[in-house]
Amino acid sequence: MKSLVDIARPGTPLDVQRVREDFPILARQVHGRPLVYLDNAATTQKPRAVLDALSHYYTAINANVHRGVHLLSEEATAAYEGARATVQRFLHAADPREIIFTRNATEGINLVADSFGRLRVREGDEILISWMEHHSNIVPWQMLCERTGAQLRVVPITEAGELDLDAFERLLTPRTRLLAVTHLSNALGTVNPIRTLVETAHRHDVAVLIDGAQAAYHLPVDVQALGCDFYVITGHKLYGPTGIGALYGRLAWLDAMPPYQGGGDMISSVTFEKTTYNAVPHKFEAGTPHIAGAVGLGAAIDYVQALGMDRIAAHERALLAYGTEALQTVPGLRLIGTAREKASILSFVMDGAHPHDIGTIVDRAGVAIRTGHHCAQPVMERFGVPATARASLALYNTREEIDALVRALRRVREVFA
Amino acid sequence: MSELSELYQEVILDHNRRPRNFHVPDGANRQAEGFNPLCGDRFTVYLRVEDEVIRDAGFQGSGCAISKASASLMTDLVKGRTLEEAERLFQQFHGMVTSSGDDVADIDALGKLAVFAGVREFPMRVKCASLAWHTLHAAMQPGSGRVSTE
Repeated sequence: MKSLVDIARPGTPLDVQRVREDFPILARQVHGRPLVYLDNAATTQKPRAVLDALSHYYTAINANVHRGVHLLSEEATAAYEGARATVQRFLHAADPREIIFTRNATEGINLVADSFGRLRVREGDEILISWMEHHSNIVPWQMLCERTGAQLRVVPITEAGELDLDAFERLLTPRTRLLAVTHLSNALGTVNPIRTLVETAHRHDVAVLIDGAQAAYHLPVDVQALGCDFYVITGHKLYGPTGIGALYGRLAWLDAMPPYQGGGDMISSVTFEKTTYNAVPHKFEAGTPHIAGAVGLGAAIDYVQALGMDRIAAHERALLAYGTEALQTVPGLRLIGTAREKASILSFVMDGAHPHDIGTIVDRAGVAIRTGHHCAQPVMERFGVPATARASLALYNTREEIDALVRALRRVREVFA
Repeated sequence: MSELSELYQEVILDHNRRPRNFHVPDGANRQAEGFNPLCGDRFTVYLRVEDEVIRDAGFQGSGCAISKASASLMTDLVKGRTLEEAERLFQQFHGMVTSSGDDVADIDALGKLAVFAGVREFPMRVKCASLAWHTLHAAMQPGSGRVSTE
């Protein structure tokens, strides 16, 4: 058997069959058939390295962090802060203090909406988002606008599912305080031109938050090269545990922003008269954090980095091209989201078959896909469909699995002929 | 695939392709909107009720094959029934699609609706089959409005 070093050698393509053995769940059968897991945009499966890291943490290290002087607390703190440094390197942030652990990407966005909002957003100001956002990058801003009297503005998208960049520029006004936009659309697969967006926004003195929930496990991410002010990720889509995510924020912003939640760990001293807040990142991490989750996320990042994000991206790019072509051989199937720059997502509708029925029929063939509005109802409305079926790829998927999906979709055609 | 054929029986596929009563009946005086936020299915059920009897029934909206066929068959079946009878049908239907046992007697009593018995094997789809019925149930209440499966 090849070692991880061998399969991770630069220049060689990803050895998918070998990699699949790292994911115990992929050996499962569903409805008596081998599992074909194509719902990765909802959550990815976990490699043994992550499961082992979680088990090892609770078996050998478990203690609270930043508190005890005893050995276990010291080791737990080292593991937790080590995970922070791992996330920092993964996102290419300049400083580990720029990484705040959160529950998920949603909490990262809520943190910024609340804290940045209190620092910068006033009545009559504007927050700019796009038409292709997940509800988690819409609702926190609506809540901020409700609270402050600011206005929500929305960048429209084209028929292919790309941002309308001319409209974007026109929507930047002297009152715009923040642009919040996804790196990779979960409903369409569109990869947005983040550097261009950030450069333009910064020319107008507008801060930028990038929702990286989908992008971080498909594309190499360098927050300094992108130039964004905030970038949020979630662990469970990155082959890590649920309940852990991270927010990258520029140190200058994080220092200036007020705390999000109050509690233990986020203070340096408390009296009933006055509380002094802790320094970043701890200022934003009230209460005992999800230590095991952070450790698991660190292990997940170590795992994908050993494989190489570039090689993962190359594998998925080839698979997406194969899948795009294969799906279009199914009569009556129409892809929703045909941007030039795409990753991972194959969203589609079929004549005469509702996505929900498609989902049930392919499930019986062992193929797991998502059907529905994908928490992106404005996108569905934009394309005039109530819902779509969505196959989403990850590093362990194969051409054979795409073929299984296509066979199952032909069965859908038979039922609804 | 046998459970799939149980679910997608010809009757259901036919009512999906050609839904009956897919309109607003003349003189409709009761209505309710039903919504399944999980999958986006959304139907409005209309009734013309006179003297406690459903004289006419129809529906509008969009949804999957199961929910549309269910609404179609349901509106066919409740026409001419008293509100009380329709309510009893609702209870029986609900019992059929949610029960795990073999209520064969009940299924027989449901006549055409027995085609939905296969839904029991698909727990994620029970809400699809029952959406129209919950909506009917709401429409039969005085001052009827909107219902949600969540």
